Amino acid sequence: MLEAILVMAFGALVLGAALGYAAVRFRVEGDPLVEKIDAILPQTQCGQCGFPGCKPYAQAIAKGEAEINQCPPGGEEGIHKLADLLGREFKSLSAEHGIEKPKSVAVIDEQVCIGCTLCIQACPVDAIVGAAKQMHTVVAPLCTGCELCLPPCPVDCISMQSTGESVENWKWKYPVVKINPAQREST
Amino acid sequence: MNNSPYFLKPASVQSVMLRVLVALLPGIAAYVWFFGAAILVQIVLASVTALAAEAVMLRLRDKPVMLFLSDGSALVTAWLIALTFPSIAPWWLTVLGTLLAIVVAKHLYGGLGQNPFNPAMVAFALMIVAYPLLMSQWPKVDATDFAGQWEAIFGSRQILDAMTMATPLDALRTVLRDPEQRAMIGGILGSKATFGNVGGRGWEWIATGYFLGGLYLLQQRIITWHMPTAFLATLFVVSGAFALYEPDRFAGPGFQLFTGGAMLAAFFIVTDPVSGATTPRGKLIFAAGVALLTWIIRTFGAYPDGIAFAVLLMNIATPLIDMYTQPPVFGHKDKRGDSP
Amino acid sequence: MSALQRLFKFHGGVKPAYNKEASTGLPIAVAPTPTLLVIPLHQSIGGMPRPLVKAGERVLKGQRIGGADGNASSAVHASTSGAVVAVEMRLMPHTSGLSALCVVIEPDGRDEWIARQPFDFRKASPTQTRDYLRDAGVVGLGGAVFPTHLKLNPGKHGKLDTLVLNGAECEPFITCDDVLMRERAETILKGAIIMREMLSARQVLIGIEDNKPEAIAAMEIAAQAANQAAGDLAMQVVSVPTRYPAGGAKQLIRVLTGIEVPHGKRSTDYGVQCFNVGTAYAVYEAIALGQPLISRIVTVAGNVGQARNYEALFGTPMRDLVALCDPLPDSDRVIMGGPMMGLLMPGDEVPVVKATNCVLVGSRKLFPPPPPEMPCIRCGECAKACPADLQPFEMYWFSRAKIFGKAQEYKLFDCIECGCCAYVCPSHIPLVDYYRFAKSEIWAREVDKEAADIARERYEFRLLREEREKQEKAAKLAAKTAAGREKAAAAIAEAAKPAATPEDDTKKALIAAALERAKAQKEQVHPGNVSNLTPEQEAEVTAIEARRAEIREMAKPHLRQDD
Repeated sequence: MLEAILVMAFGALVLGAALGYAAVRFRVEGDPLVEKIDAILPQTQCGQCGFPGCKPYAQAIAKGEAEINQCPPGGEEGIHKLADLLGREFKSLSAEHGIEKPKSVAVIDEQVCIGCTLCIQACPVDAIVGAAKQMHTVVAPLCTGCELCLPPCPVDCISMQSTGESVENWKWKYPVVKINPAQREST
Repeated sequence: MNNSPYFLKPASVQSVMLRVLVALLPGIAAYVWFFGAAILVQIVLASVTALAAEAVMLRLRDKPVMLFLSDGSALVTAWLIALTFPSIAPWWLTVLGTLLAIVVAKHLYGGLGQNPFNPAMVAFALMIVAYPLLMSQWPKVDATDFAGQWEAIFGSRQILDAMTMATPLDALRTVLRDPEQRAMIGGILGSKATFGNVGGRGWEWIATGYFLGGLYLLQQRIITWHMPTAFLATLFVVSGAFALYEPDRFAGPGFQLFTGGAMLAAFFIVTDPVSGATTPRGKLIFAAGVALLTWIIRTFGAYPDGIAFAVLLMNIATPLIDMYTQPPVFGHKDKRGDSP
Repeated sequence: MSALQRLFKFHGGVKPAYNKEASTGLPIAVAPTPTLLVIPLHQSIGGMPRPLVKAGERVLKGQRIGGADGNASSAVHASTSGAVVAVEMRLMPHTSGLSALCVVIEPDGRDEWIARQPFDFRKASPTQTRDYLRDAGVVGLGGAVFPTHLKLNPGKHGKLDTLVLNGAECEPFITCDDVLMRERAETILKGAIIMREMLSARQVLIGIEDNKPEAIAAMEIAAQAANQAAGDLAMQVVSVPTRYPAGGAKQLIRVLTGIEVPHGKRSTDYGVQCFNVGTAYAVYEAIALGQPLISRIVTVAGNVGQARNYEALFGTPMRDLVALCDPLPDSDRVIMGGPMMGLLMPGDEVPVVKATNCVLVGSRKLFPPPPPEMPCIRCGECAKACPADLQPFEMYWFSRAKIFGKAQEYKLFDCIECGCCAYVCPSHIPLVDYYRFAKSEIWAREVDKEAADIARERYEFRLLREEREKQEKAAKLAAKTAAGREKAAAAIAEAAKPAATPEDDTKKALIAAALERAKAQKEQVHPGNVSNLTPEQEAEVTAIEARRAEIREMAKPHLRQDD
């Protein structure tokens, strides 16, 4: 009896020591899941999900406090990726958080801008330059298209403009498989 | 309008499949010569069943029926089934096997190009497990009475005993099972009535026919040398080594190569591109694996011929083989690393 | 000479019908100057050049109209003298059918050159020579249009073993290099001598496919003369077996030297560099004659009565070139390049650019639509044909399923899109289309990811800054409060509110005033689009205005808080 207890206790000690060692040796800094979720999110920092930024949303998803379908800029593709990562069911984008729009950037109408700096303060990625009573302008490559600068503007001089397709960012389309049973049967 | 390339080589799946069918003809001719026209009946049965099943499945899967039906892949499967089943097997056995091959092994897995297992071999394996007796009633050599064979296929199977006979592989197995006869294996294998010159009377000529067809496929560049060479060489070496070690217990390489489905397998079955390995090294490994397993099953297993099981087992390993045998890409061949 | 050269083989390749004879019968002709030149600013790999001219300006032939944007870019020049009609978006010679910035020039017919001065590259530093070539707009004329000055750098070893001149020209129908070599062999080699000096290359190997005996003969005579003049045997013409794509730079380097240059590596690191023969010609013209790159030899072939090679100014509409060759009535498309790798043009009005080695006229009869796509049967024909030793069917599998990571593992980016796999495929799968799709998706994702990473970094930095500012404010406030308390000890009554309020008021007043001004301004700016409205539209405008007001209301707390 005693022998058995001792053997079990010894085993527990050895395993415990191994686990303890592993916990120290292979310690993971930070929460890898949050990092992974954050890597999928588009970093628009628009807050449409109901959280103050992409990272907080990622943390909320990791904790199970938020659904994966609250990010309109990430779109269906983003939801699919999150569903794959987390092993959850795919859900279509929740309508209350917004709709998926083509990527666009904010453009300031410099004729109208009064230089109030409110948009500068609203921009989550500091993509608007200008100073008080100086005309402001958006650094287009840095703009995430979050639209947070629109409401504070007292003169409504900011508009969202679709980035559109150019020869530089044009993509080859998915090859169309031309096998249409109905058509082929009729020919 | 399509994108480049605007030139296409005049090649098609259909022409590939048709040439495979043509390559089977010499073997079929020898089959008819030695075992009668029953095999032709089986080929027709299997072909009709395969085409019908294919058409129904394509319709169900909402695919263009005529386009896919005319690719010839169902016919190749059907002919292989007919050639691997006993030629005097009852009609429903062939039909059932073909249905299983086309419906289950092919279309339920996604149709042409998607099946992980060789459909003909799935049919053979399932049938030999389900109907071991029927699947081992082979026609007697030189007994080419067509009326009797027709009766065997479509009618009662009363007259069967008169027209069936053990295949050389069966005969070998019986001998191996009986310790008293075992010592005489050399002598028995020498009996020309059953065992012919090398691989069984009649069977060796069919195998030669397949070999000729295989050479045609090689010449047409439909198959590469890797698979047949690896298969035949492995079978030769393994059986040869064991036959040298204990000639009274193990049949020699000549017998192994020219009996059963060995030649058919070497050129027509293991070379199925869909379910087999595709890299050059992978093809060698795949075919060698099939040959080794075939020999093991023939020699130690419960079934007379092991090709079907060997092929299916190697089919499972195909993705793994392909993954580990990727040939080096242009510019990445230097093992020392990419930097000069 | 060529017999001495040991040749290597590249894996795969195909032998399509070459169709080259039709366009080699006649010598190179100079294409007439069109009535309007549309010169795209972006004609090479690298940054988009900045426009240097405005509408209304007069330009001279060879005048720079687009300045290189950084070093990885190449300048663009006016192809003839005339007036700049517009600098605007015009249809590009690109499959997308999209437009890009072009300089539209109306030729004045005088063809007046800028002052042309030879560039003494022996006196200049290598960097100066490279800058000169960049500003002369010299790019690779084989079709890839990579800026030549970037390649004329001997790399880390300071010298090269072999300079390869690519005269293989393996694409069917195209003969522009062939006729150039036949007619202007000497000039090509003069360019090669300049390149050799710049690269300190030990030898120059000129690889030409053996289906061009005339070009080989002409180049051999010129090479012998050049060798005699130099007193060495550095120039060698090598006849290489005709097999598509022997003219791929990597494939030709492999055939001539046995060296395989991996994807993404500089060939100079392997002691070898490769240029198209047309590029050598352009280098000579730029350096020895002071003429920037403003024209090139273009093969016009395919569904035409008389195929021929033309020396065409950049900006010439392809339609004009085609019209010179009696196109057959059933012609239905224009392809830039050959039938294996060429790009379908969105229309025949697109201009000839530096990448236009061939204007291929197509028809349904000449290039019939491919038979319906069948499933892949993994027959491995594509792998047998692939000159990059890839497994095309595996890449296809993953590209089709949009599993891009796996496609990359199978080295998708080593694919040169030569089209051999699609050419041999018995299932008629447009394999290259799948690779193009997968590649552009992967690129787009990389761009998105980069943008996201920058956004994340900037957002986090902003949070950090806000935090810091808050702390600083708090510290200041604490200091102030402390000071206030000290004061409070002296005078108790007034302590809490310092001078903030009046300042606050003036600020608010300023904003209000500005608001008024902006409103007035806005009304001046946008009166046009609110006149002549239907009642529905007016209702909509009111609704939008109401929503705007609401948003402004919502924004107010912001206003206060941020003040």
